[in-house]
Amino acid sequence: MIYLHLFYEFFKIGLFSVGGGMATIPFLLDLTTRYDWFTTGEFGNMVAISQSTPGPVGINMATYAGFQAAGISGSLLATLSLVLPALVIIMVIAKFMKNFSDNPIVKAAFDGIRPTVAALILYAVLELCKISLFTVTGTTYIPAYANIIICIVFFGLLQMKQLKRIHPLVWILAGAILGVVFKL
Amino acid sequence: MMKKLWELYVSFFKIGILTFGGGLAMLPMLKREVVDKYKWTTEEEMLDIYAIGQCTPGIIAVNTATYIGFQQAGVLGGIIATLGEVTPSIIIILLIASALKEYMDTPVLLHAFAGIRVVVCALMLDTVVMMARKGIKDKIGVFLFLAAFLLATFSPIPTALVIVLAAVFGVIYARFRSKKGGDRS
Repeated sequence: MIYLHLFYEFFKIGLFSVGGGMATIPFLLDLTTRYDWFTTGEFGNMVAISQSTPGPVGINMATYAGFQAAGISGSLLATLSLVLPALVIIMVIAKFMKNFSDNPIVKAAFDGIRPTVAALILYAVLELCKISLFTVTGTTYIPAYANIIICIVFFGLLQMKQLKRIHPLVWILAGAILGVVFKL
Repeated sequence: MMKKLWELYVSFFKIGILTFGGGLAMLPMLKREVVDKYKWTTEEEMLDIYAIGQCTPGIIAVNTATYIGFQQAGVLGGIIATLGEVTPSIIIILLIASALKEYMDTPVLLHAFAGIRVVVCALMLDTVVMMARKGIKDKIGVFLFLAAFLLATFSPIPTALVIVLAAVFGVIYARFRSKKGGDRS
């Protein structure tokens, strides 16, 4: 039964996430509310690991999520279900619609999708911030000041032009060190 | 044919393993394999294919692999190239995930991951700012951004439906605008 759910959910994610790996994040967060495959905190870890290992982030996250849900077979099923819709769609486009991305209707649809996906990801990120920057007890959120300050400092650093080329892995390792040193 | 399939699998496996983070970062590696080495496509066509991958559902890097594989060796080629692209991810993530499952309860790792999650918040906020800057071009973009954020926060409407509605809105708005423009001229 869990395999059927995995197939359905990841096929759906593959079909509706337009604009790359990050677009799968709102869908994956939604899974935490409907299944007990992984918690929001574990989801945060999955995103971190997927961003700092080789391979497309979206595939890494699907593999990780599938593994959390149902082990190795779950990871294979989640990843293959995720790529299946695009596999079919891309082949149809390659065969019949070579000028797909120049099509005015596609362009117009995409003008609508782009700001929307950014907003959906913002929502998902804020949910992650809630559990990463606050201590949750029941329904009350107590601010974890050290975490909030570190987050703001890193966000500020990321805005600096000279630091734009630094790989996410470096930032993530820095976060791990700070976490151990300050016992976050 | 077997040789072609093998080449597709190996070169997209390589592209998969060497593209940290996916997205635009994969283009230099993609060019080296499919344009320079195997001459499966030209640089211009590669960029066109990448553009198609961006505006179709799914993961951009995988879509690009499917397209080129299909062009080279039909349906089987598309499937093999796609599998090549995702194989490294599956192996690496499975190794890490099973190791972490074993040791996740150790205090050092718990603290490390608490710190990592804080940094991931900053990294993802940065990504959202970049996406919003690129995606919001006019007042309508601002409206869609706010509307989608409010819908996600306060309504139970499924994410997939929000995206479909946004696409429909984009098409209708473009029609409406071109009609208005037509009247003026």
